[in-house]
Amino acid sequence: MPLRLLKYALSREHPAPRFFRACEKPKDSYDVVIIGGGGHGLAAAYYLAKDHGITNVAVLERGYIGGGNTGRNTTIVRSNYLTPEGVNFYNASVKLFEDLSQDLNLNLFYSTRGHFTLAHTESAMRTMRWRAEVNKHVGVESYVVGPDEISKACPQLDISCSGQAPILGALYHAPGSVARHDAVAWGYARGADQRGVEIYQNTEVTGIDVQGGKVRGVHTSRGYIATNKVLSAVAGFTPRVCKMVDVQTPIVIQPLQACVSEPMKPWLDTILVSGSLHVYVSQSSRGELVMGSSLDPYEVHSTRSSLDFVEGLTSHILDMFPFLSNVKIVRQWAGMADITPDFAPIMGKTPVDGFYLDAGWGTWGFKATPISGKSMAETIAKDKAPELIHSFRLSRFEEYELTGEKGAASVGH
Amino acid sequence: MKLLKCPVNGERPLSEFVFGGEVREMPDPNTCSDQEWAAYVHYRNGAPGMKKEWWYHGPSGTWFIAERDTMLDEVARTYLYGQEEKQ
Repeated sequence: MPLRLLKYALSREHPAPRFFRACEKPKDSYDVVIIGGGGHGLAAAYYLAKDHGITNVAVLERGYIGGGNTGRNTTIVRSNYLTPEGVNFYNASVKLFEDLSQDLNLNLFYSTRGHFTLAHTESAMRTMRWRAEVNKHVGVESYVVGPDEISKACPQLDISCSGQAPILGALYHAPGSVARHDAVAWGYARGADQRGVEIYQNTEVTGIDVQGGKVRGVHTSRGYIATNKVLSAVAGFTPRVCKMVDVQTPIVIQPLQACVSEPMKPWLDTILVSGSLHVYVSQSSRGELVMGSSLDPYEVHSTRSSLDFVEGLTSHILDMFPFLSNVKIVRQWAGMADITPDFAPIMGKTPVDGFYLDAGWGTWGFKATPISGKSMAETIAKDKAPELIHSFRLSRFEEYELTGEKGAASVGH
Repeated sequence: MKLLKCPVNGERPLSEFVFGGEVREMPDPNTCSDQEWAAYVHYRNGAPGMKKEWWYHGPSGTWFIAERDTMLDEVARTYLYGQEEKQ
């Protein structure tokens, strides 16, 4: 088999398909410049072209596409949030995800597993009931289950958690899924490229030209580009980009770490999350356990991973699954999460005319990739944010109208 | 294990400390505008750089200030509030 595979790989009849053109030099001007070639930026480019016919668009990426938080998350897609605004928004994203492999003509390995948020205390159970009722009200399939149902879905789980923190119940969320995160970025990149969008990797934005409160262009490592509309979709780099246009935000950067185990035969069908133990775990289609934890406890602009993290996380994983004690961790990494005070994103227009923000994605960005791209494309095309993202506007902080998602967005509380 | 120097107790494991955010000046709530107050409550200087930050040493109950580069995660110096000059 290996020889046949090698012959196939070297054959001129079957050249490896390119996903997008390798553009040499940016043009002098574009209708829209998108900073950040992650899932969000590329999705916005795709929907700008597909839904609104705006194709004179450049996506500028400092590194390589999907190399930031798009490729660093734990790939979970769900919509069991706490506020009706949040549930509606993330539910729209799940709906787009369900058809996305067809839409992009690329297998995203989108796999609906069911998602259990475990509760180890009465107060956590209260939050689960609250989330279940909000979800049901909005039409999302979530309900509270007891330990027996959790054991049935995941017999390997030690319900007593080694006697440390017995599981009292869980919020079960049927649409909870995982997907291949890099494929989402590459699929959107190909779709955008086919419609005329230009993608530039290794192209850093060094400044944004603002005159009279309006965006006029961007300075890049490959020269000046004139444009009236700039979208910033840069996750952990948001404070640096916002500084270029003097827009104030509440965003603070904290690292979020994750790791994977060596591959195993499939045994974990569901996605399990525990707020008390600060873990979330699922098994990838390659057989690796994909595990994440809560945020690092203070501000750092770095993607360095730590031993403290992997020690803490694995000890909690062993509370849940004692039989994993001989399984090895093979990779660990960190991403820079842009955290907001209410754990909801910041999307839409800003005080600078033509500067649009898609930020504050903290630890909840991957699942929102399709809907944020679609919403930001509409915001840019019409210069008006759709109703769906009204609760996520930047001005909500000055208006004291926060969208409190802390109880559902993270595990670090 | 990372270490941080508490001005009272010397170098201790980082796990004993709690991050308290950047040192910021509170505007006078009686005279400032709603917008200034909202900015104080919500907005942060999120860009990387050398910052003065509040840190708390839990076991001894000590609040102090650390000057830290948030890009490199390197602490230049730590001191108790108001005792910057003595360093």
